[in-house]
Amino acid sequence: MSDVTIEKMPIGRLGVWLLIAGELVIFGGFIACYILSRLAYPEFGSPEAAGALSVTVGTINTLILLISNWTMVVANDAAKEKNTAKVKNFMLLTLALGLLFLAIKLGYEWPHDIAEGHTISSDAAIKGQAAASEVMKVSLFWSYYFLMTGFHGLHIVVGSLVIFIVMLGASKGEHLHRVELAGAYWHLVELVWVILFPMFYLIK
Amino acid sequence: MSEHHEQSFLSKYVFSTDHKYIARQYFLTGVVFAFIGGLFAIAFRSQLAWPGTNIPIIGVLDGMKYNMLVTNHGLIMIFWVAMPILLAALGNFVIPLMIGADDMAFPLLNMLSYWIFLVSGVLLVASWLMPGGGAATAWTMYPPLSATQNVDPDAGLIVNLLTGGSILILAVAVEFASMLLGGINFVVTTINMRAKGMKLMDVPVVVWMLILATVDFMFSVGPLIAGAVMLLFDRIFNTGFYDPARGGDPILFQHLFWFFGHPEVYVILLPAIGVASEIIPVFSRKPLFAARWQIIMAVSSAFIAFIVWAHHQFVAGIDPRMAEFFSVATIIISIPFTFIMFANIATLFNSQIELKTPMLWALGFVFMFLIGGVTGIYCGSAGFDMYIHDSYFVVAHFHYTLIPATFFGGFAAFYFWFPKSTGKMLGEGLGKLHFWFTVIGINMFSFPLFFSGLYGEHRRIFNYAAYQPMMADWIINIRHISTIGAMILGAAQLIFVLNLIISAMSGEKAGKNPWKSNTLEWAAESPPPHGNFATPPACYRGPYEYSNPKKSGSDFWPQSEQ
Repeated sequence: MSDVTIEKMPIGRLGVWLLIAGELVIFGGFIACYILSRLAYPEFGSPEAAGALSVTVGTINTLILLISNWTMVVANDAAKEKNTAKVKNFMLLTLALGLLFLAIKLGYEWPHDIAEGHTISSDAAIKGQAAASEVMKVSLFWSYYFLMTGFHGLHIVVGSLVIFIVMLGASKGEHLHRVELAGAYWHLVELVWVILFPMFYLIK
Repeated sequence: MSEHHEQSFLSKYVFSTDHKYIARQYFLTGVVFAFIGGLFAIAFRSQLAWPGTNIPIIGVLDGMKYNMLVTNHGLIMIFWVAMPILLAALGNFVIPLMIGADDMAFPLLNMLSYWIFLVSGVLLVASWLMPGGGAATAWTMYPPLSATQNVDPDAGLIVNLLTGGSILILAVAVEFASMLLGGINFVVTTINMRAKGMKLMDVPVVVWMLILATVDFMFSVGPLIAGAVMLLFDRIFNTGFYDPARGGDPILFQHLFWFFGHPEVYVILLPAIGVASEIIPVFSRKPLFAARWQIIMAVSSAFIAFIVWAHHQFVAGIDPRMAEFFSVATIIISIPFTFIMFANIATLFNSQIELKTPMLWALGFVFMFLIGGVTGIYCGSAGFDMYIHDSYFVVAHFHYTLIPATFFGGFAAFYFWFPKSTGKMLGEGLGKLHFWFTVIGINMFSFPLFFSGLYGEHRRIFNYAAYQPMMADWIINIRHISTIGAMILGAAQLIFVLNLIISAMSGEKAGKNPWKSNTLEWAAESPPPHGNFATPPACYRGPYEYSNPKKSGSDFWPQSEQ
């Protein structure tokens, strides 16, 4: 035991992995709460709740994020070969796909849901309803949906900013090792989405 | 990082990236909040002892003001005193020095952590100034009260955001973010920047404890951040996560809160234990008893810390089978801590004890904490807890754990490392006076509360006049004694301030190694310059080689000496 050492690991990588671990516990808290409520309330799977989300749009968004992760991996490989032009192009592609995901989420899905009367607030839905009725449980589902996809969206915004800043340096050939760190964070954002997608869209 | 120039005033004291100055910033901020939190406590204890008394500045307390003071006293003492002093200030000062590094792994991130922490403190103070006053929901912030206090569902987002309760949630969340970033720094620094030759078991126990505390914090705080966001949304977006009338569940928040809240106790306790384990060998001139097993026990406690949280919820209506599990786990976690405490006492056996001030505080910590630890076994047993829950027995119990950890552990560390940090000694006489008055204060304040708590005095009542059984003469006497004890505890800290002033003006020079200690920080100059060591030190042995017969001529053998 006394000979264990990971001194070979660069401090940047170690720091980012710790950050990712911390983030996973935060998302873990949200996900655990959702699962507990989901187990208690089968109404979360009803046509007014999970059934009202478009699996097609969700799948497209999942594919967009998956592809953006592939482009990020290509950028990382290029960074190892010190091919700065390729790094720049593939990071820009990643950035564009991340923003496309956000555009679909915030520009199409959320307005669509809100137009159908599903909002984060449960006030409008519960007027005149008995306590813990089906309508309230459905409205709780929508609170969770907007909270967790919103929190994930915030991470897309932060991840995109990080990728943008790292790209500015990397395109000049500076701090190429940071491409890997930005990529690790981007994979976290994607990993969380891969858990959220079936939780909200697929399980009915 | 090889070059360290002379710095301007601003970059040395204000926007500093030097871990030693960041440690001072955390410490001073913590001390300021400690005085605020302490004065809050004296104010509401005065109301309990002499109901309706006119308190300077605050005036006569009503129920709401009383609750605000109690709430903010708890929050300040845990999040803005214990955390910055025991984890952030102590960790920042000792980790790089004790492992022989020139600074933290990410100095800029370190500075950022402090400034984020300061923002959280400003938000806390701002929360008291909001319309409707500060939060009055007790420091645990249980919904539904915390989700509805001062909230008007029809008033809209901004109005509900600008209330004491909402700003307080933001302040706590920002504080967590700061400590998370600081924690990343601690762990990376310790793993990656140890001096040449320093194996894991050569790392001093206090650094081990700080890292374990940091890891416990990082892996328990996530669910509460999630829970706090949901609580904030209940307040500002009218969601119903914790509202049973809308399908939500208030017990859910209790689980999220205590999943963090209980490991948090060990986040505060572990560094204090580490300080005691570090100081006791130095002043008894003997190797730390079972140093390796102390570390192993601390690691096991850091794991068990994650499965004891629901012992705070025995009366909240949880499944009795679950209560049994958490009772057993709670009693099991006392085993590693008992081991460490008795190993520290065993270090004293057959040794030449020097009762210098740091040693007094370290021994004070061990003996005071034992009272808190032993009563913890009572409180952790579900059957007994049903009776004493929310009584002054619990208040006395946790003040006997947290005051020794935060103040005795904190002062032990302060008196021990002050000569290293400033190059000057603190006065021994005043230090001892400070110690003994603090001991009298804490015991006078906490011990009587065990009796009134057992008798059934409930902790959330601001005036007992309406409860005749609670107005017996002996209970009123207990309230008086306890309040006077709290005042003595507060006044004793002025001796500390006096000691600091005298030392700053005319303290004697400390020299490199005033305590004849082994660890690496004593190989640096006092105070260490920016960059700490003139040449990077190497480590040749463990930190507790005192009175080793192989070493001739002196009774200590520094880690850096070949």
